[in-house]
Amino acid sequence: MIPFLIGIPAVFALIFPFVRDQKARGIIVYTGAGVIMLTTVVFIVRWITDGARVLMLYPETELVDHLMSVGDVVLMCLIIYMGVKYRRIVPILLSAAQTVLLLYTEFTTELAERQPHMMVDWFTVLMFIIIAFIGGFICIYTVGYMKGYHSHHEEVQDRQPFFFSMLFLFLAAMFGLVLSQNMIWMYFFWEITSVISFLMIGYTRSEEAVNNSFCALWMNLLGGLGFAVAIAWMAKVNGTVQLLDIVSVGAMLPLICLALAGLTKSAQLPFSTWLLGAMVAPTPSSALLHSATMVKAGVYLLLRISPAFQGNLVGILVSSIGGFTFIMASMMAIAQNDGKKVLAFSTISNLGLIVGCAGIGAEETVWAAVFLMIFHSVSKSMLFQSVGATENTLGSRDIEDMHGLIIRVPKLAYIMGIGIAGMYLAPFGMLISKWVALRAFVDSGNFILVLCIAYGSASTMFYWTKWLAKLLCYHIPREKVKDVTRKDEYVSMIFHAATMLLLCLLLPLVAIWVVNPIVQELFGNAKDVISMSVLTTMAIMLVSIFIVPVVMFFISRRSHRELVPIYMNGINEGDNRFFTNSFGGQEHLYLSNWYLRFEFGRRHLRIPSIIIAAAALVLGFCIVIGGAVV
Amino acid sequence: MRPVIFVLAYLIFAPFVGALLDGIDRIISARMQRRKGPSILQPFYDLGKLFSKEMIAVNNVQLLLNLSYLVILMIAGSMLFAGADLLMVLFILSTADMFLIMAASSDSSPYANMGASREMLQMMAYEPLTLLVAVGFYLTTDSFQVSDFITREYSAVIWMPGLLFGFMFTTAIKFRKSPFDLSTSHHAHQEMVKGITTEMSGTTLAIMNIAEYYEMILLLGIFFLFFVNSTWWSWIVAFVICAVIFFMETLWDNVSARVKWKMLLYSCWVVTLVAGGVNILILMLIK
Repeated sequence: MIPFLIGIPAVFALIFPFVRDQKARGIIVYTGAGVIMLTTVVFIVRWITDGARVLMLYPETELVDHLMSVGDVVLMCLIIYMGVKYRRIVPILLSAAQTVLLLYTEFTTELAERQPHMMVDWFTVLMFIIIAFIGGFICIYTVGYMKGYHSHHEEVQDRQPFFFSMLFLFLAAMFGLVLSQNMIWMYFFWEITSVISFLMIGYTRSEEAVNNSFCALWMNLLGGLGFAVAIAWMAKVNGTVQLLDIVSVGAMLPLICLALAGLTKSAQLPFSTWLLGAMVAPTPSSALLHSATMVKAGVYLLLRISPAFQGNLVGILVSSIGGFTFIMASMMAIAQNDGKKVLAFSTISNLGLIVGCAGIGAEETVWAAVFLMIFHSVSKSMLFQSVGATENTLGSRDIEDMHGLIIRVPKLAYIMGIGIAGMYLAPFGMLISKWVALRAFVDSGNFILVLCIAYGSASTMFYWTKWLAKLLCYHIPREKVKDVTRKDEYVSMIFHAATMLLLCLLLPLVAIWVVNPIVQELFGNAKDVISMSVLTTMAIMLVSIFIVPVVMFFISRRSHRELVPIYMNGINEGDNRFFTNSFGGQEHLYLSNWYLRFEFGRRHLRIPSIIIAAAALVLGFCIVIGGAVV
Repeated sequence: MRPVIFVLAYLIFAPFVGALLDGIDRIISARMQRRKGPSILQPFYDLGKLFSKEMIAVNNVQLLLNLSYLVILMIAGSMLFAGADLLMVLFILSTADMFLIMAASSDSSPYANMGASREMLQMMAYEPLTLLVAVGFYLTTDSFQVSDFITREYSAVIWMPGLLFGFMFTTAIKFRKSPFDLSTSHHAHQEMVKGITTEMSGTTLAIMNIAEYYEMILLLGIFFLFFVNSTWWSWIVAFVICAVIFFMETLWDNVSARVKWKMLLYSCWVVTLVAGGVNILILMLIK
């Protein structure tokens, strides 16, 4: 089965360049996504009926090993070609350095024979579900979105076949990445995701897109270099390249190198710039990078090795950077009025929380991190899709323009509302993870992280609430808006919304069946992180918070009432849109959110926070390298 | 059995006690300003009047959202009085507040929207400290369960005086007291008219008032937790101190003028960091 999981999306990716017809392409995307989901389901069902045991696979893989080496070289050549074409030197150097280092290690070191190259356990299975379903539905969404996109952006060359190829290839690479147990294999898939995200960000080929794509490339290659160094060190010193051995050996240098790789990929400070730059690409690629794939790869790696972080310097470093990112990114999100920018900052900030949890490396925190990851991928993917659809409909993704979206495009507003609620409101999963994380941070005695979570969740609340309030403003729209969102997009968004609600309702089951086994496998012991009583409280809360507004809706509908115009401190001209000003003329009412630009603007916070995080990282490296040399 | 009684008592009596406290507050304020002030039962008369008014509204959702605000606050309070998880209570409390903000901003009214924005800012200002209070209780009692706080040998305040101070400081926001009454005011002639309640009238406003009474009792309940311990007389002491705290909030309301939002945010965050953060740090080090 396993070759199919990676192979099917890859094969579909190969088909797209030869399909020029829109309709046929749509059908192929649907088939492809369907087949991927089906294969995943069949695989998981078979795995569970076989007793859900941890599988260690493929000890003998000489041929594939060589193919991967060739693949690494091909990727390097591609990067060098692009680097030369656009005259960027840094990516070339980074790519050459890591590929040479890796090949040198591979051909000069004797590694233990017959080690497994791939592994299947609950964590892998969870990632499968996220990749196949969220990724798959994003592909379906893309079918509709790209039609709308190209009718809006006529200046952009239509390269849809390429775009779809990249989407599917990304899914294939992600399947490979989460399956890999051998780090050389994992590195190969890791590099593929870096290169594909680079290609996707540069889709429009505008100057900004090229700049941002190279920014993403060099940052991720830096992480890749860290990965390569970790592999080389482990191979030379310990004679193994198994990911599990990283945890069991627990040497600091490879640990911090892998942490660097994870931090770059999950866009933590000081490397958050690339994720913000990635916004220039069409929305589906942002949705994919932010929710199902790219950044989750970084988090996945960190969580895999998180037991090794417990109580050492690297762990403290990783968790501090995570906590710091959580609070700084959420503050910077306050000052943004571009919907996608807010989403980007919130992704960075949420990942910060996950990374902070991973860095502590205790059962509770990893539990919380896995939970956060599940909820984050669903709601973020949904939010990106709805913002993308809104942009196609309104011609803008400015939150200010979404004033009263609930009147103008109710369906999109509901979907966006569910997504936002999922990100921070009480009964949804994000909050339970925050609850667990806060307790675990206190238990681990990490004072700074406790403060980060306290302040960070306050600022998180602020920027989401003002967005939500903007959506729900009732008013008479200036002009009618035609909802141009296509069926494909709604299929995907409704699937996400339903998943979100189901996840909330089934929260205790998700905890017991999915998250607990993952923690158990990572730490090798069973411990109920969250007691049943808390879960029942959650369930009661959940039901009440869903039911209360509905019941109230019916109660309040029974009351008869007269509608009157609002107070404007000037004579209301009758329809709540204009008032008579002091000159007797008509004045248009315009309401705006608060952005606190001068306090929380990116201009003020970005550079200092990058400097602080970079300094911490450099300091950590110095101490670890010093320790390793001595 | 005891939790059930507590919850029922809360649900039934909280609005009455809240309204009485409001009446007392108005009399004390009046005396401080050398006025006679209204009768102590004035809040009840006000509520009765509001309920008797003809239903007029600016839209169809405000009543629904205000009712949700009320019910969710009641749930939060019931959980506190049932001895459940304090952190959860605080989370639900913020969710309830969210409904109020939505109710205010649902009408595209300039003053209500301004009030709603300020209310969000206030939430951002007080939220860190409330979380730290829960953490403080956790550090002192090894549990987030309210039922565990009240059976301890010593009162929690011994371990968390800084947090108590911080909580008193930021609770002025929740009590809607000066200097932090940015989002709404008692008098409609000020710069934000009535802020968040500008567009609420009649039943809708009455519901919002009742919800505020529930919230007031909930907050006093948290103050109560600082002082109570396993002895019976500690309950009396806690009652008395809660009354004193309430008086001090009234006093502060009368001697200070409304601040600007920056002052609100920075002062709350600094107090949180200095009083709350240092308290937590010390607790973490000695535990």
